Amino acid sequence: MSTSAKMIIVLTLIATLSGGILASWDSFTAPRIEQHRLEALKEAISEVLPEYDHYDEKTVDGRTFYTGKTAKGQTVGIAFQAKGSGFQGEISMMVGVTPDFSKITGLSILAQVETPGLGSKIVSDPTNKQNPDWFTEQFQGVTPEPEITVVKNQKPSKSTQIQAITGATISSKSVVKILNNTIEQAKAEYAKEVKQVS
Amino acid sequence: MAKKEVSLTREYLKGLWDENPVLISLLGLCPTLAVTNSAVNGIAMALATTFVLVSSSLLISSMRNFIPHQVRIAGYILIIATFVTVADRFMAAFSPEISKALGPYVPLIVVNCIILGRQEAFSSKHGIGRSLLDSLGMGTGFLLVLFVLGSIREILGSGSILNFQILGDWFNPWMVMILPPGAFLTLGLLIGLSNWWNDRRANA
Repeated sequence: MSTSAKMIIVLTLIATLSGGILASWDSFTAPRIEQHRLEALKEAISEVLPEYDHYDEKTVDGRTFYTGKTAKGQTVGIAFQAKGSGFQGEISMMVGVTPDFSKITGLSILAQVETPGLGSKIVSDPTNKQNPDWFTEQFQGVTPEPEITVVKNQKPSKSTQIQAITGATISSKSVVKILNNTIEQAKAEYAKEVKQVS
Repeated sequence: MAKKEVSLTREYLKGLWDENPVLISLLGLCPTLAVTNSAVNGIAMALATTFVLVSSSLLISSMRNFIPHQVRIAGYILIIATFVTVADRFMAAFSPEISKALGPYVPLIVVNCIILGRQEAFSSKHGIGRSLLDSLGMGTGFLLVLFVLGSIREILGSGSILNFQILGDWFNPWMVMILPPGAFLTLGLLIGLSNWWNDRRANA
């Protein structure tokens, strides 16, 4: 057998084998991975919305809205994802707002690559032993209009203000900027969707 | 193949110190520097790498007389990539937390020089038994370094080890240790220390 024929046969064999293994392995692991993804999503939604009985899922212009409803069908809040650039890479988060988009009901960071120990405090701040989640928690009840602003080293005095993390002002501001950019846009998209339905 | 045969124990043990992949060969430095911000991450990374290394070595040494010389690297990479994907999916399915912490570094095991290096230098020339010992030894050596490096950085950078807080409130964590500079500093010191020790031993 010529060398080139042998080369082709051997590589084809290895590739086929590899494809077969990966296909069967994927069918084994994919449902579990999907389940983890859904669980994480559900957890984030329940974190940012007030107590709800169930939620509906609707996608408008590529953004998915999770509308939390009581057992009687009354809307308690709307959750959606917001993404944008942080200090180093993308920050993606789940935001919950009241049905009229006038107040934030909760914020949960889904993924971030901020500097460990500084910017990563937007997720959890180990230096604040009583309440490591203070940064995201302070967004509860914040009014996003006309826009959310950041104050440094002091307690916020207005309902549109939040306090920045010391040593991570850029990360704090990035979160606020993403929210300011997204909430208004999401409101318009959501209104469009309601119009289509009615 | 009339080379002097090394004992089987030696075949395993050489990876731990004398031919340690990280400290002596300086291979696989990318994951070594990137994921050792905590001991757990280091261990997970080393275990995943060892799995890929051992499985690929077994397969490649058993196929060594059958893969044509001209396409051996392509063949090795295909085999390695398959095992890496298997490991990556496994971690994503069974321990999503660690999989998230290691991020892109699990798929990047494909380009870890330790793995391809061992295939080219060892598994393609030796039998299955020896390749198994060699790859296990290299994997253990990698695990040792990643564990030590991860522990030092975790203790100094977060005051904990394997997620157990061991240093009290009086300790102000050295933030730099869990950042990239901490990885370079610690690895540099470790390599320096091992070189100093080996020199001392050679001269004694």
